[in-house]
Amino acid sequence: MEFFGSNYIVMVFMVVTAFVMGFAMAGISTLAGPSRPNKAKSAPYESGIPDVKPVRPQFTARFYVIGMLFVIFDLEAAFMYPWAVNFDVLGLGGFVHMIIFISLLLLSYVYAWKKGALEWV
Amino acid sequence: MGDQPIWITFIVTFAIMTVLLLSMAYTTWYERKVLARFQDRLGPTRTGKAGLMQPLADAVKLMGKEDLVPDAADRNVFLFAPLITFTTALLSAAVIPWGGTVQIFGTDVNLYPTDINVGALFILATGSIGVYGIILGGWSSGNRYSLLGAIRSAAQVISYELILGFSLVGIFIITGTMSLTDIMFKQHEMLSFGPFEISNWFVLTQPLGFVLFVIAAVAETNRAPFDLPEAESELVAGFMTEYSAMRFALYFLGEYISMIIMSLFAATLFLGGTSGPGADKFWGLGIMWLVLKVMAFLFFYIWLRATLPRFRFDQLMGLAWKVLLPLAILNIVVTAFFRLIGNGQVF
Repeated sequence: MEFFGSNYIVMVFMVVTAFVMGFAMAGISTLAGPSRPNKAKSAPYESGIPDVKPVRPQFTARFYVIGMLFVIFDLEAAFMYPWAVNFDVLGLGGFVHMIIFISLLLLSYVYAWKKGALEWV
Repeated sequence: MGDQPIWITFIVTFAIMTVLLLSMAYTTWYERKVLARFQDRLGPTRTGKAGLMQPLADAVKLMGKEDLVPDAADRNVFLFAPLITFTTALLSAAVIPWGGTVQIFGTDVNLYPTDINVGALFILATGSIGVYGIILGGWSSGNRYSLLGAIRSAAQVISYELILGFSLVGIFIITGTMSLTDIMFKQHEMLSFGPFEISNWFVLTQPLGFVLFVIAAVAETNRAPFDLPEAESELVAGFMTEYSAMRFALYFLGEYISMIIMSLFAATLFLGGTSGPGADKFWGLGIMWLVLKVMAFLFFYIWLRATLPRFRFDQLMGLAWKVLLPLAILNIVVTAFFRLIGNGQVF
């Protein structure tokens, strides 16, 4: 069974099987469990007191900063994997290139730190 | 990948998934028993011998509960989100080897579902797709605890995923491959120091990478002391607040399966996977060694939960971005440098 994509057929099989298993388990409780909704039960959970404020709350912009930093550094990681796998072939030249690349990113890392992007206040 | 008929692959895959689901159920039992011992209690004792039927009883009870959808929820997304977490958690098992190619009843059988050449990346990828389940579930619940829990979880998981990814680069440099099967069998080779022979486990050559990986793995699976997404004292149950019955259980299953997968992943990468005395002679022993290593990791997970208080969110982010990230990059540079010297490509 050695042909293009043969490894990924197994994954399709796993996705389908896992999804069917999950769907069946969730379905059992939908069918077997009682269904007696009422107004209090269907209200958003708020520790027993009525909810007054709008339900979609604001959240701090720090989360967006973390998201952007993640994109930058995850791309760095994505460049590192092929270099790491071919390390013995690339040798000293590849090592020097990667050191230059990492230093540039460390520079931006220090800049982000000094600007306070890593502080969570 | 060996050239076995595809139906054998399907049988092996199905067997691994079933074993994972069963072991997940018993991981909850294991956690309750061990945690009870830490707190000088007995844990479950009533259901069957030593409470062994407890997971079954829990499952039956959850199936008989009401599957509630709140009015404020986005109904379709709300019903679908737990399935994403559950499916992706199980999918990670696709690349983890439980041994090489063995003979069962005269047929060659590969003890792994598949062996792609980016196996390690695949596990990281399924881990990040799993976050969609959390963030969609939290957002669609229409509850502020759920939304805050989901956003916290997303921020935490992407931060620690970075560390997880960086901590593996050292291993890729040493082995020159990302296939988990190849990485595991590289560790079956023996190193000899005079009269002594020890296995070439990467925990010996990558100790810093191992520590970083374990910390990141605990954070990645949202376990204590990094369980901020479901911090009971401030967020009720985080992104799971509005879920009930088996949909709640799917998140729960997903979390425990991720724990087992992360333990398997760590054992495969750093502790030699199936490597151990006698493992090369009989494949069953190899599986036993792997299971023992996974149980040790799970015990460590529970130990952490029993011992450490929860981090504050700024501490959590500070740890990832200010401490672990520079250490991970240092680990890569040092590993690369020593590899160059070892290859004789410098000096």
